[in-house]
Amino acid sequence: MDSSSNLAIETAGLVKQFGSQRAVAGISLSVPRGSVFGFLGPNGSGKTTTIRMLLGLADVTEGEITLLGNSIPKDLDTALPKVGALVEGPAFYPYMSGRNNLFRMDAADRNSDAKTRASRVDAALDRVGLTNAASKKVHAYSLGMKQRLGLANALLKPRELLVLDEPTNGLDPQGTREVRNLIRSLASEGITIFLSSHLLSEIEQLCTHVAVMSAGSIVAQGSLAELRSHGQSRLIAKVDDVDKSVELLQAQGFAKIKISGDQLTTPADAELDVAGINQLLVKNKIGVSEIRLEHPSLEEYFVDLTGEGFEVVR
Amino acid sequence: MFAKSLGLSLMLSELKVMFTRRRTWAMLFAIALIPILLATAVYLSADRLAPGEGPPFLDRVTQNGLFTGFTAMLLAMPLFLPLTISVVAGDTIAGEAGLGTLRYLLIAPVGRARLLVVKYLGTIAFTLAGTFTLMIAGAIIGAIYFPVGPITLLSGDVIQIPEALWRMALVALYTTVSMMGMLALGLFISTLTTIPVGAMTGVLIASGVSQILDNLPQLSWLHEWLFTHYWLDFADILRQPMELSSFGSNLLLQLGYIAFFGALAYGRFTSKDILS
Repeated sequence: MDSSSNLAIETAGLVKQFGSQRAVAGISLSVPRGSVFGFLGPNGSGKTTTIRMLLGLADVTEGEITLLGNSIPKDLDTALPKVGALVEGPAFYPYMSGRNNLFRMDAADRNSDAKTRASRVDAALDRVGLTNAASKKVHAYSLGMKQRLGLANALLKPRELLVLDEPTNGLDPQGTREVRNLIRSLASEGITIFLSSHLLSEIEQLCTHVAVMSAGSIVAQGSLAELRSHGQSRLIAKVDDVDKSVELLQAQGFAKIKISGDQLTTPADAELDVAGINQLLVKNKIGVSEIRLEHPSLEEYFVDLTGEGFEVVR
Repeated sequence: MFAKSLGLSLMLSELKVMFTRRRTWAMLFAIALIPILLATAVYLSADRLAPGEGPPFLDRVTQNGLFTGFTAMLLAMPLFLPLTISVVAGDTIAGEAGLGTLRYLLIAPVGRARLLVVKYLGTIAFTLAGTFTLMIAGAIIGAIYFPVGPITLLSGDVIQIPEALWRMALVALYTTVSMMGMLALGLFISTLTTIPVGAMTGVLIASGVSQILDNLPQLSWLHEWLFTHYWLDFADILRQPMELSSFGSNLLLQLGYIAFFGALAYGRFTSKDILS
């Protein structure tokens, strides 16, 4: 196989049309094997619809999907046993115990081995820390426990890919931390993780790669470092003689210097020698109370791409 | 081969899900109440019915307790049995969709056609449980209140108790077969919605309409095509020799409904976007 074998998920021109609305408007994803791939976007940007198509729950209107080397939806049955997923929140039979729910889900896959079922279910429950609550009925579970049970369901078999749609939704800070640690440890085992989230901080903490969705399209995609480099670094200095400083900086080639009070802000190279600038200012008898280089945050870039505010885009 | 391809363990799991649910037991209990209430009412009422008065067989219950089950079945067939069965049939796909478990079953992956087959067999299992519950509860309560002995059939012949029990089992099987068309209809309606109650109501309305049409003499040409047409014909099992021609027609009719609505359910479900 060619380069595509290095990709866990690949889509080309993927479209999903609901009536007159394009929920997904021709996206091309490339998720490298072994990556922790963040699928970032505001609510309603088409993330879950994309995931539904990847997993064969929804039909593809246009475009192609390759999942672990299998064409979807044609070879869904070959691909899916290697994929664990949490889609739009956990869902279980409330009148059955957590353990029996996992038994049920495992029995649904015709390829799963009934002989090892009990031990695999117990291992999955143990992995998410639910062993003690395994025989409780799910209606007595908290949202966090249901979320963990959902993760346990995704871990019933050895997987090559985990598709996790908002896995920390509804968790308390402790639960969030535990889930993130779990994701890290799964990633360290070499499992590719496709993590959708509307939380930038989550993606920044966990992911090696990101795609940013907005209104059904991918507006940016690449490794985290690549996306970070998109923004502009800035030099920020607080000085006692603003006019003279501006003059000196302009002589050094800095443009678009913004002044507010005693603070100067100017776009700068990310590799700028800040100490050199400081020396230059001080040599010219300018008192410098603060000088630093600020790197662009992913958040600014994200807001640039997806727009600010709570308005529903469509 | 069967175990591998259809998934015996999925079938067992389906039955487990159904029978760990309290609702299933509540409905079976309610079904058992029908013969119990019937026998109690007959037992407590001072006036004995004249032969032929009231529903068929009712006058015989006091003479022979074994008739309780048959009489209760006649009373339950038009409404109560279809009601409980429509709950289960309407729940098949819509119930899973409503809970959200459908998407997890599908990505397991369960296989959509396989899930439909297992769900359908599950509803048949419930129907069997329901009809046997009714007949067994009838036999027990009848034996408690009334004398039990050899049964005088509609044809005037007399059969012994073991033979009578065997015929009761046949009645349960016959009525289960009678319900199979409606179960297929329920499966299809269930693929159309994510709201189980909607699907249940749809099934129940269909069975009501079918029974009404069956009672309009102007539509006699249509009657033998209605899935409720043979519902009460299980009485033929109480003839000697057993009159099985209606059973044959009924079986053919039910298979026709299974083929038709099974195909619709398959067409709909295998191409449907699961968005719940």
